[in-house]
Amino acid sequence: MNAVFAIWWQHAPVLSVVLPSLTAVVLLLIGDQGGMAAQGGSHDVGRLRWRRRVALASALLGLVLAAGMVWRASQGELMVYRLGEWPAPFGIVLVLDRLSALMVLLIYLVALPVLWYATGGWDARGRYFHAIFQFQLMGLCGAFLTGDMFNLFVFFEVLLIASYVLLLHGQGRERFRMGVHYVVLNLSASALFLIGLAMLYAVTGTLNMADMAIRVAQLQGENAVLAQSAALVLLVVFGLKAALVPLYFWLPGTYAAASAPVAALFAIMTKVGVYSIIRTHWVIFGADAGPSALAAADWLLPAALTTSALGVLGALAAHTMGRLVAYLTVSSVGTIMAGVGLFTPETLSASLYYTLHSTIVVAGLFLLVEQMAAQRGDAGDHLRPAHAVREPVLLGLMMLFGAASAAGLPPLPGFVGKLMILQSSHGLAAQPWLWTVVLTVGFFTIVGLARAGVIVFWHVQPAPSGGAVSGGSVKLLSAVWAFMVLTVALAVMAAPVKQYTDATATQLTDRAAYQRAVLGDLGNSTRPYTGDR
Amino acid sequence: MISMEALLASGLGVVTATGVYLMLRGRTFPVVLGLTLVGYAVNVFIFVMGRLWTNANPLLVGEGPVADPLPQALVLTAIVIGFATTGFVIELALRSRHESGTDHVDGLEPKSGEGAR
Repeated sequence: MNAVFAIWWQHAPVLSVVLPSLTAVVLLLIGDQGGMAAQGGSHDVGRLRWRRRVALASALLGLVLAAGMVWRASQGELMVYRLGEWPAPFGIVLVLDRLSALMVLLIYLVALPVLWYATGGWDARGRYFHAIFQFQLMGLCGAFLTGDMFNLFVFFEVLLIASYVLLLHGQGRERFRMGVHYVVLNLSASALFLIGLAMLYAVTGTLNMADMAIRVAQLQGENAVLAQSAALVLLVVFGLKAALVPLYFWLPGTYAAASAPVAALFAIMTKVGVYSIIRTHWVIFGADAGPSALAAADWLLPAALTTSALGVLGALAAHTMGRLVAYLTVSSVGTIMAGVGLFTPETLSASLYYTLHSTIVVAGLFLLVEQMAAQRGDAGDHLRPAHAVREPVLLGLMMLFGAASAAGLPPLPGFVGKLMILQSSHGLAAQPWLWTVVLTVGFFTIVGLARAGVIVFWHVQPAPSGGAVSGGSVKLLSAVWAFMVLTVALAVMAAPVKQYTDATATQLTDRAAYQRAVLGDLGNSTRPYTGDR
Repeated sequence: MISMEALLASGLGVVTATGVYLMLRGRTFPVVLGLTLVGYAVNVFIFVMGRLWTNANPLLVGEGPVADPLPQALVLTAIVIGFATTGFVIELALRSRHESGTDHVDGLEPKSGEGAR
């Protein structure tokens, strides 16, 4: 046991990346005949059971590892893992700081209930669901842990290609239609990512984030202009992932078309964009980055507030419940980015708290919506009058809880999170804008969700005769309950969580400590290569 | 005399513009071609971001200047990922064509929209 602990102590960051990838390989080896199990097929039922066990066990272990990393990060340790013992900045490093640890924990907090939900039947409606799911987790963990810009690109590709396949899981015409859009958009974004990276490499001569931060701060004149252009190109790329205005149009249709567990997992995909924006624009182009400092500040806040407002308008106009929740995702990303775009540690801390909350709530809502749609016969998740759901009280209360939580009504954590964002902006020039937008968006979120609730639960027609609809299975609903328990836990433990996010924001602003930790006391650094040896 | 830099830059510009034009077309095949062209342009762009070298060793051999090796490694990674994603998007386009009966990117023929759902 001690030996296992010692290995983890030394290799913690890379283990979190290796675990899902090895699990995926095992799942591929177990094999998947596809579709057979759903029709009560012969021996694939046994394999399906094994796939579920392996996937759930791995996710559980991943959650434990992630919790361990948060515990270590909360001691203030900044762990740098040099792959292959190559010294930074020449080799690739994984960096475990408070932000990375928190995001990895968030992945598993979302992934575990989602996986549990998927084992209720969705995983048998296509092939290799569990393997692809694990590859998705691997890409997400890697993206959050890496300390190298090009490695970030590679992990982006891993998580994207897994997400392409997951999006198509269950197939069907609508999924392929949205799949083509999603894939083409993300491939163009990847091309832009490479352009931005190559420009940054050309002026800094390095790809390591810590080293890049040092180099960017020293740039002057036309090189600084090039670096700023690269920063804004990267902002476009990450803005597309995070679904910022004007790059969010792909999200509602795509998420609504995806199967419920996939959409719930995708709730964390927008946070990859948010995370990358924080990494590049706080660590590399932070406040003390010389002429290139805060290159994105002029764009980020207006884009964020517009996103929030347009997202909630979309939610008001949505004609299906899936789109409604997807638009709420867009809106919440806007609120998060507003805190990030104000570039003060206090607002960032509040945004991080709100990130945790909104991801969990949105994921839960995606699952809940499918449970409601399943009991409404032909109407499905369309917002039009239909016969009543079979369990109006249970589902109605769950919907009420989720809606109040998403809109930010006290005493649920949505309220705490929004209050923190409002409070932290006190005294800043943008305060009136932020308050107006956040409060109005909260109000319209209630209106939008109330509209959905009224149509689904009160605007009912007599049930068709003989159409016996079964109630929701306890197993599927328990996944939604898990998200609700998490939401409540987040509210109850608001103080320690806030302390953690406060420390995270402080750690992110201390760029010198980050550079020291990654590059060592020797201060190894590279420069643009010009041919002299 | 046109410098090598100007020649490459304008060449990349033309290829990128062609790729973007093709990506904005309504059928999946030109879109895939456009993605491929943009991918080529980006790969060359990464490569030249390590500066243009003439008469330099590609590897650390003997005396004399050596070309920057890092963009070469980066571009290899980008090419591999580009191949994989292009393969995927072609297969996806074919499946989409099969499912919807049209190769339009929206899955609907523009003029005959009614009843197509």
